[in-house]
Amino acid sequence: MKNVNLATYAKNTWCPGCGNFAILNSIKAVLGELIEEGLPAENIVIVSGIGCHAKIADYLNVNSFYSLHGRVVPVCEAIKIANPKLKVIGFAGDGDTYGEGLEHLIFAAKRGIDINIIIHNNRVYGLTTGQYTPTSPLGFKGRSTPAGTKELPINPLELMMAGKAGFIARGYSHGIEFLKKIFKEALAHEGFSLVDVLQVCVTFFNMYDYYNKRVYELKDHDPGDYKQAMEKIREWDYNIDSKIPLGVFYKKRPSNDKA
Amino acid sequence: MDNLSILIAGRAGDGIDKSSLIIGDILASLGYRVYIYRDYPSVIRGGHTFSIIRCSGDKIAAHKDAVDILLALNQDSIDFHKSRLSDKSIIIYDSNSVKSDKGTGIPVGAIIKETGGLDLMRNSCIIGAMCRAIGVDKDAMENVFRKDMSREIDLNLKVAFRGFSEAKELIKIEKLKQKILPLVTGSEAIGRGLIKGGMKTYIAYPMTPSSGVLHFLAGAAEEFSLKVIHPENEIAVMLMAMGFSYAGERVAVGTSGGGFCLMTEGLSFSGMAELPVVVLLGQRPGPSTGLPTYTGQTELNFALSAGQGEFSRFVAAPGDAEEAYYWSAVSLNMAWKYQIPAIILCDKTLNEGTYSFDEDLAGKIDSRGPLLWDKKSEYKRYQNTKNGISPLAFPSDKGAIVKVNSYEHDEFGVTTEDKDLTVMMQDKRLRKAGYLLEELEQYETVKIYGSKDSPTALLFWGSNKGVCVEAGEKLGLRVVQPIVFSPFPLKQFKEALRGVKKIICVENNATGQLADFVKCYGINADERILKYDGRPFSLDELEQKLQVSLQG
Repeated sequence: MKNVNLATYAKNTWCPGCGNFAILNSIKAVLGELIEEGLPAENIVIVSGIGCHAKIADYLNVNSFYSLHGRVVPVCEAIKIANPKLKVIGFAGDGDTYGEGLEHLIFAAKRGIDINIIIHNNRVYGLTTGQYTPTSPLGFKGRSTPAGTKELPINPLELMMAGKAGFIARGYSHGIEFLKKIFKEALAHEGFSLVDVLQVCVTFFNMYDYYNKRVYELKDHDPGDYKQAMEKIREWDYNIDSKIPLGVFYKKRPSNDKA
Repeated sequence: MDNLSILIAGRAGDGIDKSSLIIGDILASLGYRVYIYRDYPSVIRGGHTFSIIRCSGDKIAAHKDAVDILLALNQDSIDFHKSRLSDKSIIIYDSNSVKSDKGTGIPVGAIIKETGGLDLMRNSCIIGAMCRAIGVDKDAMENVFRKDMSREIDLNLKVAFRGFSEAKELIKIEKLKQKILPLVTGSEAIGRGLIKGGMKTYIAYPMTPSSGVLHFLAGAAEEFSLKVIHPENEIAVMLMAMGFSYAGERVAVGTSGGGFCLMTEGLSFSGMAELPVVVLLGQRPGPSTGLPTYTGQTELNFALSAGQGEFSRFVAAPGDAEEAYYWSAVSLNMAWKYQIPAIILCDKTLNEGTYSFDEDLAGKIDSRGPLLWDKKSEYKRYQNTKNGISPLAFPSDKGAIVKVNSYEHDEFGVTTEDKDLTVMMQDKRLRKAGYLLEELEQYETVKIYGSKDSPTALLFWGSNKGVCVEAGEKLGLRVVQPIVFSPFPLKQFKEALRGVKKIICVENNATGQLADFVKCYGINADERILKYDGRPFSLDELEQKLQVSLQG
C-alpha cells in the first residue's frame, strides 16, 4: 500500500463522520494490495452512479466512469464484456440501484457477468437531503414522507438470491478491517458479486447506535449452502429490530461469465 | 413489357413475405431493378397482408397503387384490391378457394393435395403460374427457388412446376442486358453499413421497425465477429453502449421512438461525457404506441432536440438502401472522430422496403480512425484543444487514467462547479460541431434530382426518396433532398434551392417537420403535401397531388 497512491486532488465534500469514508479507505487499501500483488493499475475501472456515494469516482485515482442515477450496473457489464481483462467495480447507492436502477441489478445477477457491485446503503437519500429509499424502515419520516412511510422496505439480498447472484455479502461502515476482508473476497470471486454495505449517513439517518447494538459477524456459516444462506439473509428484513448478520452469505461456484 | 407491378396477398402467416422476395429475385435475375413494399398488420396470425413487387429497367424505390398482376390466395386478396386493377391487369387466383369472374384460375388446393405438398406451398404454386403468365422460363424460376429456399426445395419446385404448366403465357417479360443487382432490405443495408464503419457491438431491445437490423446482425454476428446484445430495456441499451464506447469499442444501438424516449438520458450523457455512439432511430406513426407496423416521418424534431442540455450531435436521414449503407458507415466515423452521438433516422418504409442494391453507387467510405493519445504526455480525457476534440485513450492503456463524467468536469474528468471551467468545457464540446460542419462540405449532404434548373422545387427527406424522385422527374421538378440535419449544411441547402420560386414539401407526418425546420433558416415551403395514415405515398397518389399543387 505504501507505494501506491490512489488519491486525487479533488476536495472531499462528504460530511465529517460519513460512512462513505470507510468504504473509500477500505477499497483504497484493497486496490493498493491488489496492485502490489501484480494487478496492473490501468486495468482497474470504477463506475459510480449519482448521489453522495458517487463522488468516490473523483476521489480515486484510477479509470472511472461517473455515470447517471441508477445506471451503474449496465455500464459495468458493458465495460467487462468489451474488455474482459479489466477489473470492474461499481459503486452505487440504495436509492440509486435498489430504486431507480433495480431492473439492471437483477439482470446483471442473472447474467452472472464478472463485475463487482458495492452498495452504499445508508437507507436515505443524502444528496437530495433526506427522503426515504427502498430500504428505509416502515414509518420513516423523510422530507417526502413527513407522516412516515406506509410501506415495508425490500430485503435486497433476498432479491439477489432470487435473481441468481453468485456472491452476496453484507458489510458495515464501522470498522475498516472487516470491510476490507469482504471487499477482497468479493473482488476475488469470479462472476457477479454484490456487497451491501450498511453505510451510515450521519446527517440524515444516523444509525450508528442502532447498528452497533445489533450487528454480528457470521460464524460457522457455509456460504455454499443456499438454504443456510437464505436463512441468514432472512434473519433481518431491514425493518425488524433483530440481530443483523454481517459477512458473506452466499457464494456460488465460478459462473459462466463468457459474454 | 419492361416495367411491372405485382401484388401478392394472403393472411398474415401465409408466407407472403418470403414469396414476394422470391418474385423479386426472379425479376432481379432478369436484370431488373426491384422494389418491394410490404403491408402487414401488427398480428402474428390472420389479418390481411400483402406485398407489392415493382420492377423496372431503371432504379426505382416506390410502389404504385395500380397493379399489373394480382396473385390471390384468398378471397380478401381480390375483394380488397379491386380498385387497383384495370382491364389489362392479370389476375391469377386459387380456383379452389377464390371466386373471380376474370383472370386465370389455378386449382392450387387440388395441386397441393395431388403432389403431397404443404399448405404453405400454395405460394410456390401461384408463383409458378405467374412465371408462365409473364413469360419467365422454367430454369430462371428454378434457379431462384434453389437459391432462396432452405427447406423442401424439390417439393416446392414440383408444386411450382404444376402451377407453371396450368397457366398460359399472357405477356413476355424481356431479359435486360445490365448488371444483375442483389436485393437487400433497408435494415440489411444499415447493418452492412455499420459493419463497414467498424462497428463491433450492436445493442438493441426489439422494437419495430428496427428489429430487422437486430435480427440481421445477430445472424451475421459470427461471420463478422460482432457482439450483438439484447438487454433488459432501452435504458440499459444506451448505458451499455456508453460502457462499450468508454472501453474503446465502436458501438451502435437501434430502437423506435418509444425506446428512444428511454435512451435520451444516455444520449445526453454521450454529449457530456463525449462518448461516441450511433443510434438507429426507426420512426413510426405516433404519438405513443401509434401504428407499430406502419410508416411515418414523425421524429425529426425529436432526433434534433432529444436529451437535456445543449450538445453537439450528428443527425442524418438516408433515403434508400445505398444511402442507408453509406450514411450508417459515415455516422460511425463522424461519431468517433468528433466524440459525439450520431442519429440515423429511418422508418418502416426504408427498413422493411426491399431494394436492388448497387454498392458502387453508395460512395467511398473513409476509414480513418479517431485521434488517439500519443502515449507520452500526461493524459487528460478532456484536454481542451483548438477544435474541441481531445485525444482518446481507453482503460488498460498503460500510463493513462481515463475518467469520464456526467457532471461538468475539468480536463482530467474530475467534477467541477467552477464558472470559468464550465464555460470553457461547454464551449469545447459545442465547438466540435463547427468543425464537423466544415468537414461535411466534402460530402453530398444535400442532393438534387430531376430538372435542376426548374423554378419549382419538390423538397423531401428520408424514405420518400424513391417516390419523390420518380414523381418529380416525371413532372419536371427540381427535387431536393437534405440528408444531414445536424449540424445543418445551410450553405449547400441554399445553393440547392437557388433561383427557386416555389417549394412544395412532401412528408409522411401530420405537421410538416421538415418545412418547419427550414423555416427557422428563413426558407418558406409554399405548400405541404402531408400523409400520415401510416402508409407511404404511392407513385400515382403523389403525382396526382403534385399536379393539383402545380395547377394551384
